[in-house]
Amino acid sequence: MAELIQRSALELADAIARGETTSVEVTQAHLDRIAAVDEAVHAFLHVDADGALRAAREADERRSAGQPASALDGVPVAVKDVLATKGMPTTCGSRILQGWMPPYDATVVARLRAAGLPILGKTNMDEFAMGSSTEHSAYGPTHNPWDLERIPGGSGGGSSAAVAAYEAPLAIGTDTGGSIRQPAAVTGTIGVKPTYGGVSRYGLVALASSLDQAGPCTRTVADAAALHEIIGGHDPRDSTSIDRPLPALREAVANADLSGVRVGVVKELGGEGYQTGVRARFDEAVKLVTDAGAEVVEVSCPHFEYGLGAYYLILPSEASSNLAKFDAMRYGLRVLPDDVDSPSAEQVMTATREAGFGDEVKRRIILGTYALSSGYYDAYYGQAQKVRTLISRDFETAFAQVDVLVSPTAPTTAFRIGEKLDDPLAMYLNDIATIPANLAGVPGISVPSGLADEDGLPAGLQVLAPATADDRLYRVGAVVESLLEAQWGGPLLAQAPELGGRR
Amino acid sequence: MAEHAAPAITREEVAHLAHLARIDLTDAELDHLAPQLAVILESVASVSKVAADDIPPTSHAVPLTNVFRPDEVQPGLTAEEALAGAPEAEEQRFRVPRILGEEA
Repeated sequence: MAELIQRSALELADAIARGETTSVEVTQAHLDRIAAVDEAVHAFLHVDADGALRAAREADERRSAGQPASALDGVPVAVKDVLATKGMPTTCGSRILQGWMPPYDATVVARLRAAGLPILGKTNMDEFAMGSSTEHSAYGPTHNPWDLERIPGGSGGGSSAAVAAYEAPLAIGTDTGGSIRQPAAVTGTIGVKPTYGGVSRYGLVALASSLDQAGPCTRTVADAAALHEIIGGHDPRDSTSIDRPLPALREAVANADLSGVRVGVVKELGGEGYQTGVRARFDEAVKLVTDAGAEVVEVSCPHFEYGLGAYYLILPSEASSNLAKFDAMRYGLRVLPDDVDSPSAEQVMTATREAGFGDEVKRRIILGTYALSSGYYDAYYGQAQKVRTLISRDFETAFAQVDVLVSPTAPTTAFRIGEKLDDPLAMYLNDIATIPANLAGVPGISVPSGLADEDGLPAGLQVLAPATADDRLYRVGAVVESLLEAQWGGPLLAQAPELGGRR
Repeated sequence: MAEHAAPAITREEVAHLAHLARIDLTDAELDHLAPQLAVILESVASVSKVAADDIPPTSHAVPLTNVFRPDEVQPGLTAEEALAGAPEAEEQRFRVPRILGEEA
């Protein structure tokens, strides 16, 4: 069984197809793993053993009838708790949604079910996806499988940790400013933020509607491509969904080759503020890419340095508006104020939001309310939107010269739980390299680049491509993965300490 | 006001914003949040200096146009499903606290 959980999703699909194992066996192996290690990792907020095994039995029936629903039919998946799942609680890591059972499935979830993937459960996250460490979950932090004293990244730390700890071969994350890519980097896994509009947002509880995008969290680039093909593509229920077919992603992995590919190293994403070991692994990866035949040049994106500022105005503004729906009237928590007889709806709403939201959510709602208030709107939100234009133009200029851009995914490796919890600015800096992609809507992938010398923890390499050219992420990501794994003698995760005996 | 890009945000202002956002912050939260917000605002204030007046704002990453679909009836939630998560429901409706003031 131990051997099953270490295989990639495509290997598992292949083994199920050949009759070497069954979906029920694979799903049970992952449920057993969750039972064994999740007390220490806390990647899951909810585990649905019965539902997953039921879906697995159906997958096995389709397989034995020779009619698999998809390439990944029968391979289990974990879903971030920000996506609506019918029959399973959806809390967004918040008290205000404790126990909420959505009456419908998000499109991503519906597509997973239609493709035959048993859903193991819902993964932990920073409350409403606000954070870079998963410490802002109302249900307690997730621990990094590489070192349980450290953060697994955020906001999707549950999904990255579940995949890194072999609790799931696949997971879904969402990325508003880096919440798929930064957790992937600090856990030694793969994370992809698709082009904005490439994956439906229907049923994804909105943080910042103009930035949010769901995508795959996996242990191999090929698995990410396969999962991306299942969840991606046009959805009439999302008005921002791109009405065009996805590029051929698995094919891009199969034909991965860097000869003649022009790669731009972003001058502004590196250097000062980036940990020495993170930079060293990045520089080595870039050299490998050069040796593999890519044409590598340095590219300047002068406005990226304002990305963080623009993001932390745009995101709270959109969030303060999106989270206004939590009014204690139609679903979720309702708290009556203590000392009021016959309280009004407004008093109930005010008391409920005080009790139901955590510190970071309150901080950002207040910040967004401020940035949108009259007298400040032009100076803050309006200016941030202009910076967004400048950042998009930087990307346009860069992609006129090169096919993809590369940078370290995150400036540091995983920090200790608690270290930055009450220092919002230090926490926000984690997303400095990932935010520009969200502001411009372009796709990005993080692949492991190695372990930093100073702490032995994983670092990530980010690849960015022009909007709708997601295939380039897979083409370049797959080459980087295979070149580095050849050096390491196997996947980076094979170097992670064994879980179970520890702690 | 708009010229002063990084004003120190006062405790009273935070209290007012909390009221606008319908969050009943405690005194301790107000004490804690006001200086934190001031630091955050100071750090994001750089955006006010970079973009010239002639730069158009971007509200969305991809160009958006209005999207239409054929006006066909599709199954929706039943009343029971829609009310399943309600804090209180009565006669197939959401039951809410009083909306108007009690005395005139």
